[in-house]
Parts: sequence; structure tokens; C-alpha cells
Amino acid sequence: MVNKILTEEEVVAEIEDGMTIGVGGWGSRRKPMSLILAIIRAGIKDLTVVSYGGPEIGLLSATGQLKKAIYGFVSLDSIPLEPHFRVARQTGKIEATEFDEGAFYLGLLAAAHRVPFYPTRAGLGSDMLKMNPDLKTIESPYPDESGEYENLVAIPAFDIDVSLIHMNRADQGGNGQFLGPDLFFDDLFAMAANKTYMSCEKIVDTENLLDEGSVHTLRIPRIFVNGVVEAPRGAHFTECPPDYGRDEDFQKLYAATAKDAELWENFKSRYLNLDSHEKYLQMVDSREEEK
Amino acid sequence: MKRADICIAGIAECFRGDSDLLCNPIGISPIIGGRLAKATFAPDVVMTDAVSVLAANTLPIADPDAPRVIESYAPYRTVFDILWSGRRHVMMGATQIDQFGNQNIAAIGGFEQPKAQLLGLRGAPGNLINHRTSYWVPNHTKRSFVKKVDVVSGPGYDRMKDIGKPSNRYHDLHRVISNLGVFDFETPDRKMRLRSVHPGVDVDEVIESTDFEIVIPESVELSRVPSENEMEIIKIIDPNGLRYDEVKDE
Repeated sequence: MVNKILTEEEVVAEIEDGMTIGVGGWGSRRKPMSLILAIIRAGIKDLTVVSYGGPEIGLLSATGQLKKAIYGFVSLDSIPLEPHFRVARQTGKIEATEFDEGAFYLGLLAAAHRVPFYPTRAGLGSDMLKMNPDLKTIESPYPDESGEYENLVAIPAFDIDVSLIHMNRADQGGNGQFLGPDLFFDDLFAMAANKTYMSCEKIVDTENLLDEGSVHTLRIPRIFVNGVVEAPRGAHFTECPPDYGRDEDFQKLYAATAKDAELWENFKSRYLNLDSHEKYLQMVDSREEEK
Repeated sequence: MKRADICIAGIAECFRGDSDLLCNPIGISPIIGGRLAKATFAPDVVMTDAVSVLAANTLPIADPDAPRVIESYAPYRTVFDILWSGRRHVMMGATQIDQFGNQNIAAIGGFEQPKAQLLGLRGAPGNLINHRTSYWVPNHTKRSFVKKVDVVSGPGYDRMKDIGKPSNRYHDLHRVISNLGVFDFETPDRKMRLRSVHPGVDVDEVIESTDFEIVIPESVELSRVPSENEMEIIKIIDPNGLRYDEVKDE
């Protein structure tokens, strides 16, 4: 088995200005934050992010690195609307392509399966089509029981250059394991992209992958993974159960920076302008100690 | 009897008759009402624990540590599969709703560059066109019950008439519950009708708080109040009274 272990910096070296990045997780849950922070450090520009959005969309729009967001929603869960995303939308700072949450799943699935689209009823009658003038409808080639040909929305396959996902455990070959309650759509993100990089809480030997979870938790096979990064607390401040929950205090601190330029500058210099995820975690922890 | 408790009973009533489907209310009062329905007259619905499993027992709201009897697994992806199958009745919120039931939770002031970005389309477009949907609006005013919504997240009956058959065959906009009353669309042209007013509310208050012309039947019924047994169950589901933060008595 090839050793695919990389550092955050080595992953980010594969990402170029203008690329489309798929980000796994869901809202403020199991996001590959150490990789997102590495993208911020590297200053990669004009990015498009495709995700069930959380802080990765807010952060990259606040740093000015996000050109476009393609999403089913952008939320921090306990804070229903991502506050930096709200600002970016209301100031017109980013382009936005918004899908029905289920339709978004079909865009991922189509990309994973290498078909140009999947059909769905979702969007008919709503403003989803008006908001996305490039979306097309298609008539079913098969008549229904009354001989009618149903019109459906064709959700196009997402064109993703690089996907980033975060797992609880992985081996050095890139087999990934989720130990929490929900895989979300991370397997589809891995399949949908040209290249996929996976961070994880801990790299274990392949023969130990079943020590902590049943075979059903092994949902990311290495054939879809180009590199694996060991990143303890790599999803902070989003949740990564059972390893840790969401850092709600820190999330609140981050959220508050959307309303105040000075708070944002302080946040950036204290937590983002650092040279590693370890330093970031040290700053997070020193804040706890100061309290 | 507080208004919030009457609203909970009204929400629960939306799910009467439901069986063998995912009862999927979203938001504080909807979850309390849905769990009340399941605990009483709609035992054959299934409900999530708001995370990833279907729980057979009656769970208290917003208590992640409450013991649960897990009857099945329902991660997010499965919820989409269920909703496309049609075996689901969702209750969502509506920042704006119009007389045909068009709902907006996406944006105020248009989508391009909204004056106020709201939650987004979320699952509304898919929900409405695939299965039964009801709405909960805790603050019934002319700003929520509007002539025209800024963005259509969940399409109403006029939009569904326009797209026609067979695309609209699963659209089923059932009820709207507000802090003032219960509403349905059981009129010839599918315009919103006052089904009942909550005790303590005047029909005129409903009319004055609604920006469109709402259909008022000749005799308006009073919404039912929860029974003693139901109040006991509501207290188990919402021991901290979160429902009273959502709907306040005047």
C-alpha cells in the first residue's frame, strides 16, 4: 500500500488560484478546518467552494479568497445563518449558486457517477430556477401511467477540482473512517473530485481500523483519496464526535467578528496569521487558560 | 391556558391521520407539537432525534443526553431519500407567506444582493413538490402574511397550477399555524382560509394582521385547547418552557 501521508502545506501546494474546492462535512460539523486554515495562510485566490456550507465559506469570504459559493445552505448549526456569509451576500462580495438541499446531493452524485446530470422534481415552481438561469429542465423520455411526459429539473454534475474531507481515523494508504453519527456526503465529495485530500484525527495501522468502529464505518476507500493528513483537532471549532464536540464559545467569538471590523482584524492576527495548525490550537487553548 | 400551548395542540393536529411516514417538524414549537402527536393520536409516524436516528420514545426537546430508544438510522442522506419517496410530512417556518401559500425563507429584497439574507431555500423546493407540507409562523403580522413574497422557497397553489400535471401531483400544502389561528387552503381557488381562531383572538385581529384578503368562513370555529393529558405530555417534551419564548401572551 502506498504511503499517502502529507502535511497541510503539501496539500495546499496542489491547490491553485481559481480552482473549485469541494468541502465535506455539514454546517459546523466535521469540517476539514486545518486544511481551510492552510488555504488561508497560503493566500490562494478566486476560489469556488462547493459544500453543505459552514465556516469554510464564511472564513474564505471574509479573507477575500472566495469568488463563488455553490451550496445547499451555509450555517453554523447553533447559529442558523453563517454570519460572514450573510455579510458577503448582503454586500454582494461573492457570487452565489444556491440549490435545494436535496438537489445539491444530486449534483454531487452526478459528479461521482460521471453522468452530466440527475433529474429531480425539486425546484419546479420555486425560485430555484430563476435564481440559477443556467439550470435546465428536461422531459422524461418515458410516459407515465396516464401517457404524460413529466418535466424534471436536470441538476448538473458539480465540476470539482479538489475535495477536502475530515475523518476520525484513516490509515496511511488513505482509507478513511467516520466514528460519529453521520458520514454526511463525504464519500460523494471524494468520488466527485479530480483529487481528494483527507485530514483525520489520527492515522492508525490498517489492521487497527476496526478497533473503534464496525466495518460500516469504513466508508472512504483509498482509491478515492490522493493524500492523507494527520490533524488532531483538525476540525476545530466544528464538531467531530466522538472525538470532540463543537467549541461553541470559540464559534461565538468567530461569529461576532462579522459585525465588527476591528474584532475581525484581531481574530485574523491572533488565529489565522500563524504558520501551523498546532500554533492555532495553542492560541485557542491559551484563550481558555486566560479565562 | 397560554397561547403557546394552544399553538402546540394546533401543530399536533396537522399530523392527525398520518401513519407510516416521517413526521419531520422543524423548529421549537413544531418539534414539540409533532412529538405530542406521535405520543398521542399519531403513534405510527416515525421521528428523528434531530441528529441521525429515529427514536421510538418521546424525547424532550433540546436535550442531547436524553435516553433514546433507537428504532432506525436516518442520517441526512436518508432523509432526502425518504422525502423523494413521499413518506414524509414536514413542518417548516415561513418568514413570509402569501395567500396561495408561497413561502419565503431565502432572502428579503430579492436573491441577487439581498437586503437581508435569510436561511436560504433549504429543502423547501424539494419538500413542497414531493410530499405534504405545513407551516408554522409564530409572529402573524402584515410583514409575515404578505401580498407577495420576495423569493419563493416553497411554492404555493398558484405556482403549482401553473406548472400543471403531472409535475404537481405530489404537492400537498396542508395547514398553516400561526400564533393567531389555524389556516388551510380548502377553497375553490386554493386561497388561504381561516380554519379556526385561537381562543382569545378576534377574527378582526387576524384580518388586520394579514396583508392579503384572507377567506373568512361564515362561522369561525375556535381552535381546540390541549387536554390535561396533553399538557402533561407537553411538559415532558418541553420541561423548560422553550415554547413560551416563541409565543408570548399579550
